[in-house]
Amino acid sequence: MSPAQLTKDTRYMLPMYVPLLATALLAVAGYYFAAKRAAASAGGDIRKLAALPSQYGLFTALSVIIPTLAALIIGLSFGGLGGALPQVLLGVAGLGFLVSIYKISPDFRARTHAETWIKVILIAASVIAILTTVGIVFSMLFETRNFFSQYNWRDFFFSTEWSPNFRGNSALGIIPLLWGTLYISLIALTFAVPVGLFAAIYLSEYASRRTRSFAKPAIEILAGIPTIVYGLFALITVGPFLRDYFAQPMGFGDSASSVMTAGLVMGIMLIPFVSSLSDDIINAVPQAMRDGSLGLGATKSETIRQVVIPAALPGIVGAILLAASRAIGETMIVVLGAGAAARMSLNPFEAMTTVTVKIVSQLTGDTDFASPETLVAFALGLTLFVITLGLNVFALYIVRKYREQYE
Amino acid sequence: MKDTNMQNPKISAKNVQVYYGDNHAIKDVNVEIADKTVTAFIGPSGCGKSTFLRCLNRMNDTIDICRVTGEIKIDNEDIYDAKVDPVQLRAKVGMVFQKPNPFPKSIYDNVAYGPKIHGLARNKAELDEIVEKALRKAALWNEAKDRLNSPGTGLSGGQQQRLCIARAIATAPEVLLMDEPCSALDPIATAQVEELIDELRQSYSVVIVTHSMQQAARVSQKTAFFHLGNLVEYDDTTKIFTNPDDPRTESYISGRIG
Ligand SMILES: Nc1ncnc2c1ncn2[C@@H]1O[C@H](COP(=O)(O)OP(=O)(O)OP(=O)(O)O)[C@@H](O)[C@H]1O
Ligand SMILES: [Mg+2]
Repeated sequence: MSPAQLTKDTRYMLPMYVPLLATALLAVAGYYFAAKRAAASAGGDIRKLAALPSQYGLFTALSVIIPTLAALIIGLSFGGLGGALPQVLLGVAGLGFLVSIYKISPDFRARTHAETWIKVILIAASVIAILTTVGIVFSMLFETRNFFSQYNWRDFFFSTEWSPNFRGNSALGIIPLLWGTLYISLIALTFAVPVGLFAAIYLSEYASRRTRSFAKPAIEILAGIPTIVYGLFALITVGPFLRDYFAQPMGFGDSASSVMTAGLVMGIMLIPFVSSLSDDIINAVPQAMRDGSLGLGATKSETIRQVVIPAALPGIVGAILLAASRAIGETMIVVLGAGAAARMSLNPFEAMTTVTVKIVSQLTGDTDFASPETLVAFALGLTLFVITLGLNVFALYIVRKYREQYE
Repeated sequence: MKDTNMQNPKISAKNVQVYYGDNHAIKDVNVEIADKTVTAFIGPSGCGKSTFLRCLNRMNDTIDICRVTGEIKIDNEDIYDAKVDPVQLRAKVGMVFQKPNPFPKSIYDNVAYGPKIHGLARNKAELDEIVEKALRKAALWNEAKDRLNSPGTGLSGGQQQRLCIARAIATAPEVLLMDEPCSALDPIATAQVEELIDELRQSYSVVIVTHSMQQAARVSQKTAFFHLGNLVEYDDTTKIFTNPDDPRTESYISGRIG
């Protein structure tokens, strides 16, 4: 067998867990070894050391782990370095160990150097978070470009017809889907914001400690219910109820799946978000603020309306916008509550659907990642992303403007 | 204790007891406070000065575990009577707190808050006038007149405290309660506030809690010394500081207890 064959043949490649395990062991061993050596280098008198022995140990452990992880990431992104990655990792780990051990002396400030490594970890974590976001956007952008090379962007953004057809010639206008998304979200928020906010005000300002101690967890249980369960509730209870008692008697049609069903159930799901965030924020308003108002002869509700709520407003707006992003991204409740028919109508008792539902339905079943009917999912996703991003930027803007005014 | 009955007291308290749960914080306090006078409450930390002060405008009602018994009359009306609305009472008995607590609103709105709630102004011009007057009285007008619309929280600590005083007097109270109003202030701001208190005496009955003997001596005419929930001694300020009757008062003002 020639050497070239050897590197290509995976049977002879070092399995990846070997260097990783070795690094972990080396780090642990390095910790104790370095600590011992540091103590020894000071002749056993640790007061002579620039740092505690355990900090020398930490420095060595981090010197082994961090460069190895960095090498792992770099190596993987270069395609595993033609199979040589495990050996490279072992080398890096060993080098980190040797260099850090070599550095040990009573004057070496291991404490500050370990600090530097920790800073590296923290920076890496934030870089990962940012890069992931950028990565998501780019992958979406790429597919979206593919889509728009096959489908006219004007038709996508401005056409009011959505009727995909896998044999081609589909109408893929986003407007009916956006309409459904916004309509359902609006109903959900109209329901959830007042209920959640008032519940929060009651809990934080009026309720006795005992009431609070069981009411708050009870509301928060709502947040733990999986959305599919809400969807079932919409499907078998709320939908038929609205149809039999509202839609049919009032002549709004006889569909159990409706914008109203999905909106209301989604509203219930959002109550704990709004209430528990607002509750925390209202509780953070200092008691001195309330005392000041009460001391001027204001009533409790005047105090709440004119002092507590304005002081808590930035946080409350944040909570509401967070709820709005949830509403826009919700899928399950819509499928089961509002159906999957793209339609534009003002009648809240008619079945409609949202962007997220259509993303799912375009990507399930037989998919051909070259056809516009599939690729449209990415354009839809990107549009949704831009909308929620805009919402968040707007929220930040409001909060900051308010802060500037009052801090 | 010496008999301190006066002719027409603004406030008179009889057998007042205050409990926080099981903690007996005020023990059988009897006191009469005159109109158009500054009365100082002094005493070691935790002796119940703030607690008693808060009884006078029923701010203690906002604390769940707090229970007040006895009788407190203002203008001969029992303020703990079921007929009395504590909200109305607090409009009449204003309060300034230890830490400046301006609302997150503009300077103007801070001062206009009380008058608006109580409908003291019929129109914007009247409201403007009330605000200006209150700010002038609180010696804040010159600093604030050009920035009435900027947030009250943007002022310095001393200015904030004067804003809180302006806010309290804009509501046109008859009694002003001040709980250590200068504890967060520098000497210059303290001097300004003290000067202000002296002026307020023309129109109000002022009760001030203070930890500074010098301040009590400078601003008040009457002084009450509290100790462990008891009102130990209540008399003319000069008398308390020169020739107190009770040995506990003597040792407190000379710095031996507290
Ligand atoms: N909100 C409260 N809940 C329970 N106990 C309280 C409360 N406020 C005060 N107390 C208790 O009442 C007693 C008197 O407190 P108060 O605040 O009136 O003292 P003070 O004389 O104002 O002290 P300081 O000079 O430190 O302000 C103390 O024992 C205190 O622990
Ligand atoms: Mg106090």
